[in-house]
Amino acid sequence: MIARVIARGRSRLERREATAAWLFLAPALIALAAVAFWPLARTLYFSFTDATFDDPSNYGFIGWRNFTDIAGDKLWWLALRNTLTFTVISVALETCLGLGIALLLNQTIPGRGAIRAAILIPWAIPVVVSAKVWEWMLHDQFGIINNALINLGLIEQGIAWTANPSLVMGVVIFIDVWITTPFMVLLILAGLQLIPEEVQEAAIVDGVPWWKRFWSITLPLLRPAIGVAVLFRVLDAMRMFDLSYVLAGNSQRTMTISIYARNQLVAFQEIGLGSAASTWVFFAVAMAAILIIGTLRLDRATSR
Amino acid sequence: MTEAIANTRTTRKPSRYRWRRRARKTGMVAAGLLVLFYTLFPYYWAIVSSFRSGSQLFSSNLLPTIDFTHYRALLADPVFTRAILNSLIVAGSTTLISLVLATAAAYALGRLNFLGKRAVLLTILVVSIFPQIAVMPGMFELVRWLGLYNRIGSLILAYLIFTVPFTVWVLTSFVREFPRELEEAAIMDGCSHWRILTRILLPLMGPALASTGLLAFILAWNEFLFALTFILSDENRTVPVAIGLISGSSRYEYPFGPIMAASVIVTLPLLVLVLIFQRRIVSGLTAGAIKG
Repeated sequence: MIARVIARGRSRLERREATAAWLFLAPALIALAAVAFWPLARTLYFSFTDATFDDPSNYGFIGWRNFTDIAGDKLWWLALRNTLTFTVISVALETCLGLGIALLLNQTIPGRGAIRAAILIPWAIPVVVSAKVWEWMLHDQFGIINNALINLGLIEQGIAWTANPSLVMGVVIFIDVWITTPFMVLLILAGLQLIPEEVQEAAIVDGVPWWKRFWSITLPLLRPAIGVAVLFRVLDAMRMFDLSYVLAGNSQRTMTISIYARNQLVAFQEIGLGSAASTWVFFAVAMAAILIIGTLRLDRATSR
Repeated sequence: MTEAIANTRTTRKPSRYRWRRRARKTGMVAAGLLVLFYTLFPYYWAIVSSFRSGSQLFSSNLLPTIDFTHYRALLADPVFTRAILNSLIVAGSTTLISLVLATAAAYALGRLNFLGKRAVLLTILVVSIFPQIAVMPGMFELVRWLGLYNRIGSLILAYLIFTVPFTVWVLTSFVREFPRELEEAAIMDGCSHWRILTRILLPLMGPALASTGLLAFILAWNEFLFALTFILSDENRTVPVAIGLISGSSRYEYPFGPIMAASVIVTLPLLVLVLIFQRRIVSGLTAGAIKG
């Protein structure tokens, strides 16, 4: 009898708690519905229409034609190839560099705190500013980098880093590595600090050489942290817009899928076509997410 | 004789060991300096260049000279000062709105038990990976319908798409870490959840709110794509776009001096705050990711 009363009381408390929880969540969820899910749904809807900006309320349905039009556009495939090249190379470089710096910061060296603070700077300044600062440093005539290279006798005359079409993608990747390596360092460092010291100490006592300790202890234990960091960075790189846009505008050498979609929408004023391109971007990013999360899951399942 | 050999043995071994340790240490310090140079030099060079005008700008002298020409010109330029004001309003409002929404949501997600919590967390995580461009056509329509096109209100609205998931995620991980004992007595006394949140947790959340708010503010302050697309006229521009659009008065003039000065003006105050809140920012940035 008493047990039943208590049970009933508890279930009422639980119900009250659940109601309170949804009330507390409601404002944030409504906001997300309004600024994320509704616009996304409208984008999907518009991609089946021939809407334009001249008269956005007057449009007709044209089925899959926008999607096939985009798929038939050579520029779209070029933009996709650029985006994938950029993503794979810059994330790979950031991971290696980030891992190296994180390992260094995990040691007790003088000035560790200063480096840890300094590393936040590239992360905290706007991409536009980073792009402009590097553009200035890489300037063909007055840039400090060409100047240094000439003084060192490595080159005869200044290299037009950002104007040379075959170099500009490399420059974009180089700057992106500078901007986002701090994020990698912080995530990998947090992962490193989760590894119990005893494991390393036991291996040191047993006389295991450092490279072997790194390869068979540190790296496997870091895998979850690196996996999450890579996931975040890949999804971020796949939607990159500002760095390419500020450095090279609409140059085909660095055009990403986001720039391509924005051009359809803003430059050509085509809502339907732009929406279809945006939807393709969404699917490309979603595919990347599913692939990486799947790999991480598989990884976790087999290592256990 | 044997004694001498034994002696050299015992002395040589530690000294070799010490030498190796010293070499290792020197190598690490050198690597540390290299990292410091790599991360700091570009920003240092931006500051140095911002204080040089005329032909001085093209000098490769690494030591700074002081010349306020660009700063004076920029602060007298109504477009630039207006851009700073716009950015302050946009980033400030977005941050404030997100913090209010996220504090309530984080209390529910970090403290209360209910069916569907995992689904909500997953939904919020999914929104944070939405490419901005994918919601842009729909957002365009929404912004026009609300009459916000070419007004900074459009940005306050649009930026919620990344500040809300981010602040909810980070604040939830902060709220989870507070000891449970805090509100147990209050629950026993029959306190409402609203009172527990506002009277017990909120007073303790000051530092968490400050660091999360700073991160959200930086995200909004730095945003470029929406700001470029939803704002047409110069007087409504935000800082990143204004810097992106600075150009010389002729094709042959290099506007890098003013650009560097503008970059320093809009980043230095934030960098000082970032350095002050350094530890909390790092834990805010990593907490969500590692636990998620």
